[in-house]
Amino acid sequence: MNAPDMKLSRRSLLSYSAIAGALVITTPLVSCGRPQEEAVVSKPKGEPVSAGPFVAIRPDESVVIGFPNPEMGQGVDTALAMLVAEELGVDFERVEVQQMPLGLMIGDDGNITWKNLPQGSGGSTSITGNWEPLRQAGALARMLLVEAAARQWEVSADELTAENGVVTHAASQRSASFGELAKLAGDVELGDVEPDLISKENFRIIGTPQKMKNARAIVTGTPLYGIDAEIPGMLHAVVARCPYFDGTARSVDESAARAIGGVRDVIKIDRPDLGAPYDVQAEGYAVVADSLWAAIKGRDALKIQWDTGAFSGESSASFKAHCEDLLKGKGQIVRNDGDFDTAMDAADKTYEANYWQPYVSHAPLEPQNAIVDVRADTVHIIAPTQMPSGANRIVAGVLEIEDRLSISVEPTRLGGGFGRRLSNDYVAEAALISKSVGAPVKVQWTRDDDLRHDFFRPSGMHQLRAGFDAEGNLTGWTQRLASASKYYRRPNMPETEYWKAELYPDNFPGNLVDNYRVEYFSAKSGAPRGSWRAPAHTANAFVVESFLDEIAELRGEDPLALRLRILGEDRELPYEQHGGPIFNPGRLAGVLKLAAEKGGYGEKMPEGQGRGIACHFTFGGYVAQVVDVAVDEQGGLRVLKVVGAIDIGQVVNPNGVEAQHEGGINDGLSTALRLAIDIEGGRVTNENFDSYDLMKIADAPPIIESHIVQNDYPPAGMGEMGLPPLAPALANAIFQATGKRIRDLPIGDQLA
Amino acid sequence: MQITVNGETVEYDGDADMPLLWYLREDAKLKGTKFGCGAGLCGACTVHIDGKATRSCVTPMSVAEGTEIKTIEALAEGDKLHPVQQAWIEEDVAQCGYCQAGQIMAVVDLLERIPNPTDEEIDANLTNICRCGTYYRLRKAVHRAAELSDTGWFS
Repeated sequence: MNAPDMKLSRRSLLSYSAIAGALVITTPLVSCGRPQEEAVVSKPKGEPVSAGPFVAIRPDESVVIGFPNPEMGQGVDTALAMLVAEELGVDFERVEVQQMPLGLMIGDDGNITWKNLPQGSGGSTSITGNWEPLRQAGALARMLLVEAAARQWEVSADELTAENGVVTHAASQRSASFGELAKLAGDVELGDVEPDLISKENFRIIGTPQKMKNARAIVTGTPLYGIDAEIPGMLHAVVARCPYFDGTARSVDESAARAIGGVRDVIKIDRPDLGAPYDVQAEGYAVVADSLWAAIKGRDALKIQWDTGAFSGESSASFKAHCEDLLKGKGQIVRNDGDFDTAMDAADKTYEANYWQPYVSHAPLEPQNAIVDVRADTVHIIAPTQMPSGANRIVAGVLEIEDRLSISVEPTRLGGGFGRRLSNDYVAEAALISKSVGAPVKVQWTRDDDLRHDFFRPSGMHQLRAGFDAEGNLTGWTQRLASASKYYRRPNMPETEYWKAELYPDNFPGNLVDNYRVEYFSAKSGAPRGSWRAPAHTANAFVVESFLDEIAELRGEDPLALRLRILGEDRELPYEQHGGPIFNPGRLAGVLKLAAEKGGYGEKMPEGQGRGIACHFTFGGYVAQVVDVAVDEQGGLRVLKVVGAIDIGQVVNPNGVEAQHEGGINDGLSTALRLAIDIEGGRVTNENFDSYDLMKIADAPPIIESHIVQNDYPPAGMGEMGLPPLAPALANAIFQATGKRIRDLPIGDQLA
Repeated sequence: MQITVNGETVEYDGDADMPLLWYLREDAKLKGTKFGCGAGLCGACTVHIDGKATRSCVTPMSVAEGTEIKTIEALAEGDKLHPVQQAWIEEDVAQCGYCQAGQIMAVVDLLERIPNPTDEEIDANLTNICRCGTYYRLRKAVHRAAELSDTGWFS
């Protein structure tokens, strides 16, 4: 039981105490505002939620494990609790889980820092970031319980074992439950020791399939989400926002709205300064009312004339033409290995293709909402947010509050995130309104609000070119992209950095081809942009993996064989973007081969059917998928089966990994089939799920297989890795079935 | 007007145009029924009205008047889950979970009409949206629920 890579000493991370007879492993307490029992959102009773316990063991034998990162469906409430429970030595069935509130403190340097651990959910980092510290928290709890028993029985702790919630002294046949020892353990002083961590071969919980902890609460309709929360005295607000990008209100007639029973006030929310970082996204008028329904009716009754702003000429078509125009010129060279032009001149065969990605929306099913209670000296926030610290920061900003520790944040379960709730604009709205009316306020968005005022996945045109020599070696590769970067309203960032959100130059086949050039063109668009699940990996996987298939077809070579010979064997290549510092092409080849084998890649398919393959390295994880499709004579497309292979190193919860793989596949499919944000006259025209047609069960693959590679690599996450390979594998399968190459997304009616 | 919610008849004297969804969530504090689109397109708000799966976000109170409404909170009998709920746990369907109450209410109605639906019948009858894409497990859970109901699990 060694801990070879201990990075955090116990002292720096954890403290512990006996609270109400329970052992609570936590961190130094700071003021967290008022207690949060007022919220309707259910919590285990009697827990000191503001203490942010990693582990609480109570005299009644119940074990509550706190998870730091917000749960949005990615399964961290279960997977993170598994890390603690493994080291603690308890039956996982008995563990309850609880979302930890945001913990911030002032660090030694006087700056604000995490009180516990980083608490954002994004970039598939929850497992990698918590892998050691949460196991340490569990191990510390176990040590304290063992030490408590040792003192009670006056024996050495070395003679004791802790398993399944019981400490045993075999020699004297004595045992005591964790619950019996909890109070005593809270009083134990261990000095400055570091807990040993269990080695992999002795894991009993990590690596075993565990069902989601909140499953019963979900199927019985228990309030869990931000939208379910209420606090006493809370007013409701619904906001009429300017639909035009960066537009403003020219005039407003509030009289009809104010005449509606229950409407208390109408409050103007100003647009953020042009080009400045956003707090709220858009200018608007908030109708504040005693009830949600009165607020909705009040908003309907507002008469507002909007000024259409500087982007009123923008449409989906004009933006696409703008990107095509840009590609005709010279862009910013962001990577230049060897001499691409000379390699292309010398090439035996060259290939070129353009690919188009539309704007898409996150569209989490729970529309944005937030409760903010601004009082004289404190602010309390209850919200579904992927970035609780961002909620704290944005509210400090809009209310000009210096003491950020006076702003407490209670993250709820999220009804989907997908990157949308990394932005806390809806929390900023609630804060401004609460301050203005002097009462706690819940802001509720409707679906049209959410589709119009998203931070969309960037749209852009990719151009790929490649050259092969007479021996068939890939000698030159370029990717040129014209897009509006995800870096939206970042005045302090030079435009020459915008590419970094859109292009990952170490992606396959970077570092595997001698003459390699990556070029970026920063396109102008008024559409707000942000991180969307697996950000630029979705576009980059689609274009690279589609282009490789096109090349293979033109060369008369098997697409899988082409990939495998470019990837080559196991070795470490540098990967400077998120998910690095290493990319191992052999691991990507490994999942390709496994998916191909399990999915029967290369077998002859019946008429009208096709089988396609694609792979991608996303944020440290390697996934390949084989997709089977059938296309009928009318162009009707049906995905028959998806077989995936996954290499994310050490797996924590295989059941959760499979769930994320399945969800990533369906997200990728839904988006590829029909999803695009349409822009006309400088505004988004999609209003609801009729014009933003999320996939239903009828289009979902009836068969999904998830094959997980077992190895000794350290853990990567799985929240995003299942998504990027799907669209290109699908397009490649469609080509096999029909001979039609999909270069523009979404597929829409292109097969008709 | 009067409506009956989960067996209890209540008076309502508010706006007859208000969608039933807001009555359930805001007035009756039954938060299990969810708001997703407000246009009857996603099904997160599905409840049973006189035994039939109905989208409460587009059902005004005037239409709900005099009916019997059942929500997800009343599906289990005490601690004993409905077979559809049980199947959802067995297959571990939920990810974010937000749509699942509506999905379950839709499936309960489906299984009452078609006790052992084929995949095609599931496709034709289930139009609720799951943004997390849990459809693969959801389909398995429908079949499992049919099995549980068939074996008299709930009797």
